[in-house]
Amino acid sequence: MFYREAGQFKTNYKADQAIFPILQDRIGLGIILLIAAIVLPLFGNDFFLNSIMIPFLIFSLAAIGLNILTGYCGQLSLGTGAFMGVGAYSCYKLVTIFPDVNILIHVLLSGFFAAAVGCVFGLPSLRIKGLYLAITTLAAQFFLEWAFIRTAWLYNYNDSGAIEVPTKTFFGLAVTGASASPTTRYFVVLAIVVVLTWVASNVIRGRIGRSWMMIRDMDIAAELMGIKPFNAKLSAFAMSSYYCGVAGALMVFMWLGAAEVESFNINVSFQILFMVIIGGMGSLIGCFMGAALIFILPITIRAAPELFGLNIGAATAEHITQLIIGSLIILFLIVEPHGLARLWQIAKEKLRNWPFPYG
Amino acid sequence: MNAHTNPSGMNLSSSRDDGIAVGDELLSVDNVTLRFGGVTAIEDISFDIRKGEVRAIIGPNGAGKTSMLNVINGFYHPQEGTIRFRGETRTKMKPYEAAASGIARTFQNVALFTGMSTLDNIMSGRSLKMNKNFITQMFYYGPARDEEIQHRRRVEEIIDFLEIAHIRRQPVGKLPYGLQKRVELGRALALEPDLLLLDEPMAGMNLEEKEDMSRFIIDVNQQFGTTIALIEHDMGVVMDLADRVVVLDYGKKIADGIPEDVQASQEVIDAYLGVPH
Repeated sequence: MFYREAGQFKTNYKADQAIFPILQDRIGLGIILLIAAIVLPLFGNDFFLNSIMIPFLIFSLAAIGLNILTGYCGQLSLGTGAFMGVGAYSCYKLVTIFPDVNILIHVLLSGFFAAAVGCVFGLPSLRIKGLYLAITTLAAQFFLEWAFIRTAWLYNYNDSGAIEVPTKTFFGLAVTGASASPTTRYFVVLAIVVVLTWVASNVIRGRIGRSWMMIRDMDIAAELMGIKPFNAKLSAFAMSSYYCGVAGALMVFMWLGAAEVESFNINVSFQILFMVIIGGMGSLIGCFMGAALIFILPITIRAAPELFGLNIGAATAEHITQLIIGSLIILFLIVEPHGLARLWQIAKEKLRNWPFPYG
Repeated sequence: MNAHTNPSGMNLSSSRDDGIAVGDELLSVDNVTLRFGGVTAIEDISFDIRKGEVRAIIGPNGAGKTSMLNVINGFYHPQEGTIRFRGETRTKMKPYEAAASGIARTFQNVALFTGMSTLDNIMSGRSLKMNKNFITQMFYYGPARDEEIQHRRRVEEIIDFLEIAHIRRQPVGKLPYGLQKRVELGRALALEPDLLLLDEPMAGMNLEEKEDMSRFIIDVNQQFGTTIALIEHDMGVVMDLADRVVVLDYGKKIADGIPEDVQASQEVIDAYLGVPH
């Protein structure tokens, strides 16, 4: 009814190849960005921004990273947490070594270290596939965790073994450390996530993204089309790890404030993988949906009894939350194994024809 | 055949000017032997493919036809013998190098990129011709988009040619088999190959689909001047389409020549019908 593309004619390939060829989609995206950039910071309180929106965006970014590798290039990885750790530790070292350089530059640079490490651990993908590759990335996870603990240089020989974020300013405004306001940090994270998502969408719809999907869908045929598996797989590993690395750096510098090895353990890898699977493999919007389901929903459910004045105790609330989330995951996977993004797509298709069953 | 006539005004023929005249040798297979452990899949086979012709490779099941194609486009490396393409003797060649040198291929079991649309599948055939770097891809607007649109034009020409405009946006995994085969041909054509290898392009098709596919193969050969080597089991199709036929049986070449001669060959008849022992 209101979601119609009737009358929106494309007269050139430029318009036809736009990310959002339908006007309503563009309006929708504009509204979402407007809410994210103006409404939320204006009306959201510190808890909402700090404990929900900032980590949600950071996890979405990490999910985009993993989705590039697993969803678009078909290489299963369980090392996401470790690659985030590489980003976080390298950002910390960069800040220590070059304290005068802007923190945002450090965050964006730290991704390159993660990309380099990701490439090294991506080398086995040239020989092995599927679950076997997942095992080698698991090795990356454990090896890097070990390296983070053993290499005292990484955490500046700190007695606690943790990395602590110093206060850094950006045009006189504190963006990291204890004195930085959640609103400032939220804007920084939002800006980085929006820009990197846009970049990811550009790369994915071009030649490089297509070469990833070719490798994913049929690697033999991809080679016959002139794709070098080496280039395609390693570029996916590099870009994926870059995103994970930046997400890791943001996680420590913009959200946690301090971090130990445990912040990047195998649980994080699994959590991000679940976001990708439930959100939708090979979909950028799915990354945000998955992150919302896995990260925001538990917080909301946990807070719900209190909102309604029920006093059921923290432990009970936690158990109920886990029950609900667990069953939701099963439900969504049964209803649509291709994830929330596919459900969204189906809903849009239906809406396009509504109230008629067929278009 | 009359190559390089182009009534549609479309130019998808190979732009490579390799100095090989129509009718001269484009690819030659010399004494190739391929073994898998103790099994000899191909034994001392030699034949050539001339520019502009339709060359059929036939033979009973297990004769080594698909292995032969796999040798030509670099999946298998023969233990003995050489392959000369455009006058150059190839050493161990990777499939992507074969693609870069102008050899495209379709598969016996359709090997499309099932998660991608028809359009993207055919666009993927243009990968080798696209060269904008990562930085421009990151920003898309600008050089990357111009390149994308320039190749989209070519892809749309192929889509028109193969009459698959109506399934442009559909994911290929859900298409009927006959259309999948057609999309696969389109993807191979997008490479603008000098030599097109078709592995059973009509397997499992009904008569109408076979007629369509035959028409496309003839058009590709005559309009674009593409040299075609095809494996096919339907003898009617082979005898009608092919300029020359090579017959394999148990990895050996048993006949080679124009369809009429091959059809009359006693060895070929024996291979297909069997002989009393």
